[in-house]
Amino acid sequence: MLYRSHVMICAGTGCTSSNSDKVAEAFSEEIMKKGLEKEIKVVRTGCFGLCELGPVVVIYPEGVFYSKVKPEYIPEIVEEHLLKGRPVKKYIYGESLEKGEIKPLEDTPFFRKQRRVALRNCGVINPEDINEAIAFDAYKALGKVLTSMNPKDVIDEIKNSGLRGRGGGGFPTGIKWEFAYNQKDMPKYVVCNADEGDPGAFMDRSVLEGDPHSVLEAMAIAGYAIGANYGYIYVRAEYPLAVKRLKIAIEQARDYGLLGKNIFNKGFDFDIEIRLGAGAFVCGEETALLNSVMGKRGEPRPRPPFPAVKGVWEKPTIINNVETYANVPIIILNGSEWFKSMGTEKSKGTKVFALGGKINNTGLVEVPMGTTLREIIYEIGGGIPNGKKFKAAQTGGPSGGCIPEEHLDTPIDYDSLINIGSMMGSGGLIVMDEDNCMVDIAKFFLEFTVDESCGKCAPCRIGTRRMLELLNKITSGKGEEGDIEKLETLANTIKATALCGLGQTAPNPVLSTIKYFRDEYEAHIKEKRCPAGVCQSLLKFNINPDKCRSCGICAKNCPTNAISGKPKQPYVIDQDKCIKCGTCIEKCPFDAIYKK
Amino acid sequence: MKSLEELEKIRKETLDKINLRKERTGTRIAVGMATCGIAAGARPVMMAILDELSKRNIVDVIVVETGCIGMCKLEPLVDVYEPGKEKVTYAKVDEDKARQIVVEHVINGHPIKEWTIENYL
Repeated sequence: MLYRSHVMICAGTGCTSSNSDKVAEAFSEEIMKKGLEKEIKVVRTGCFGLCELGPVVVIYPEGVFYSKVKPEYIPEIVEEHLLKGRPVKKYIYGESLEKGEIKPLEDTPFFRKQRRVALRNCGVINPEDINEAIAFDAYKALGKVLTSMNPKDVIDEIKNSGLRGRGGGGFPTGIKWEFAYNQKDMPKYVVCNADEGDPGAFMDRSVLEGDPHSVLEAMAIAGYAIGANYGYIYVRAEYPLAVKRLKIAIEQARDYGLLGKNIFNKGFDFDIEIRLGAGAFVCGEETALLNSVMGKRGEPRPRPPFPAVKGVWEKPTIINNVETYANVPIIILNGSEWFKSMGTEKSKGTKVFALGGKINNTGLVEVPMGTTLREIIYEIGGGIPNGKKFKAAQTGGPSGGCIPEEHLDTPIDYDSLINIGSMMGSGGLIVMDEDNCMVDIAKFFLEFTVDESCGKCAPCRIGTRRMLELLNKITSGKGEEGDIEKLETLANTIKATALCGLGQTAPNPVLSTIKYFRDEYEAHIKEKRCPAGVCQSLLKFNINPDKCRSCGICAKNCPTNAISGKPKQPYVIDQDKCIKCGTCIEKCPFDAIYKK
Repeated sequence: MKSLEELEKIRKETLDKINLRKERTGTRIAVGMATCGIAAGARPVMMAILDELSKRNIVDVIVVETGCIGMCKLEPLVDVYEPGKEKVTYAKVDEDKARQIVVEHVINGHPIKEWTIENYL
């Protein structure tokens, strides 16, 4: 049956948490009530990227984008838009309206500069229906590879495309495959790293939830290329929706014979198994991940031997990240030259970024490599809320560094980010404004890595903890001259000596904040002052004498009797007695008390 | 899956059903569905159009609803927009007429002049 209209409802984790399930049910119910169920199809799809404005609903064929949809809006949308053909403008995403007219989604600031390659089917297909994936070219690349290419051709195509690992390392994917291809030892394995652990990063989750078949297909292609017949997807147990959709996708692919024995009648067998991770950050590191896949403790080991030589079950293995795999089928279909036409000289293609922090359009964006941070933050991201001033952006999560305003116009690729002291990482991008204290930010990330250190090597286990202690000392007002230098020495030692990527990169947030915001560290240490007003123990509460009416309410409520004063004279706070509880600010009827 | 042809078959079949999410270039049929249109029987007309299209496996035609253009007494009104051609508006359409419009005009390319709105003005 043909439907005249499709209602696409985002069923990614972001929108699900803002109640898109209820919205989908309300649509189905209302459509039944109006007797439209034979004309209108309700589809639950993957992430559109504008998670901030969820739940989002797109209605085709018009392509009208509704944002922040509530179940109580549905009767009106069904009655007006679906029954009478009049889109309900008051619920439509504001950026897609111009002088009251609806313009195509691609012309809105959020989508205009994006180029969706890895996310090509997210928000377009129903991820739980393999037919819809096939309609948009899923498994066509696998068919092409099996029927018309030999393994070496596949590897050459990927090598020529310049695709680099999207999980953070940026190692050329084709070269990785070639190492494994050249190994004589059999059997070989293909592993997908879906252990996305960076705080604020969720691009892999969105791919798995929105287009799981792209990953399955790419793993089969990789298997054919290196000579492997079995794959593991290592995914976090904290991503229940991604796991569920993966399971459905694997089952449907098996039913269709796109996984299993003798695929496309070409004598090639490939099957995939899901392994759940228990939420350890270190298991995103490839050697720790391999141990975890084999049921061992998730601890890294020294390399070499690299996984391409000795991986799962001591056999040659390739490990690629979800987003890397998502790029593979479309490179095979469109050719490496097409892929190379996007991006910069050494970083080809696109990159997905998860925007978070102090930014208007929190969500998921995919841009060509070489897009500047300014374009991402101010044009696509919609700038910083409440007219605040940009201070820095953190890329690469706890392994990366911060990028200050002076580097906003750097074209983003793997190498330029390393040059300015940060790294691509998996693609988390956290924006900070003038209200963020950079020492506090460094402390936040270090707390994370200290917590997640597996404890196998001393530099990471002990070194990062010592660094955190120094930061705590500085933020609590006990910093001394020389602490910054101590931090730097420790950081450089850890970088040089830690066993795995987690430890080697853990000091980055500290080093880069010292590099660009040394003045903030110095203010904490020398003046015992937090310029952004974040570090609680460095704040001073004061009364503005111009605003104070000497009512005495603050003094009455102060638990430590730190406030005193006389009628008709402004009250004062005794800093020695003040415990910075904030009661006075709450109680003052004239907003006369401030902290600085 | 034993052959590329098999995959291609699934691809085509499904794409036909869902390509209105991507392509928006083909013929558009707009049915007047304001209160006046609905009261005059626009819904069965639209269902007939949809049914005729799907029976004949025509997938690049988009069927949309539209509002009232002020000529309520001539409802149900049906507009046919073909790329690069003048819009044709049919008045007082019923289910039978709707099916013929699909076959004669949309598929064979011959607008049915006797039923257009000009005849009623």
